[in-house]
Amino acid sequence: MNTKTVVAKVALEVLVAVDLAREVRGGYCSDLLSDVLAHAKSGDLWITHQRHLNVIAVGKLRDVAGVVFARGLCPSQDVISRAVAERMNLFLSTEPAFEVAGRLHRALHP
Amino acid sequence: MSPRTPLTHKRIFRVSSRDLEQAGTVSTEVRRDLLSLGANPDVVRRAGVVCFEGEMNIVLYSNGGRIILIVREDRVELLFSDRGPGIADIDLVSQPGYSTAPDWARELGFGAGLGISNMEQNSDLFKIRSRVGAGTVVRATILLGVPFF
Repeated sequence: MNTKTVVAKVALEVLVAVDLAREVRGGYCSDLLSDVLAHAKSGDLWITHQRHLNVIAVGKLRDVAGVVFARGLCPSQDVISRAVAERMNLFLSTEPAFEVAGRLHRALHP
Repeated sequence: MSPRTPLTHKRIFRVSSRDLEQAGTVSTEVRRDLLSLGANPDVVRRAGVVCFEGEMNIVLYSNGGRIILIVREDRVELLFSDRGPGIADIDLVSQPGYSTAPDWARELGFGAGLGISNMEQNSDLFKIRSRVGAGTVVRATILLGVPFF
């Protein structure tokens, strides 16, 4: 399912949209950067509570389809600027991570 | 020792201690270099992960150091070195889950205790040498799958 459809189905707010045609193949929930580096897969949506600059580097290294900041934890402008520079989709949800993950799972596996 | 193949690319990066603003920039650069050299995506991903974890270890736990990226025809090498404090028990710090990260680093998602095992699992050859009071050197090699003749 492409990112644009996922954004609509999960009701995400778009912070940075560089590639909404990208295929989303799954999701990964974690706030531990090394855990994401070890286990997230290319094309996953990464749902997290971390919102600092290293999130962009980690997401890029794992080639995730985008990062979703849960529970309304909006990142600062420098994180958003870095995401634009590094070409990384960023999304925000006011819902808790559990709810975001549930909606994503329902969308991908109806 | 395997015979040395010609050097195709070399870069040296300084890494400052406790500088989280800059942390992650070396792995981003290494990733970019390897992509522009035409390395395959799996090699880029593995080298990126190794570099990020090594970079974070220098930033969070050392007195500063440097990372050298060496690309040869048959391998990518990442050499990490720091100016101390050194590691007393390398087996202990290599255990998954073991971490000495302070609370402020853990709150930012560091200190899962997976750094060294992530580096090891994404490398084909991996070696840590350390002396307390002097420093630590890590060599991580990713082989590019050149067939044997």
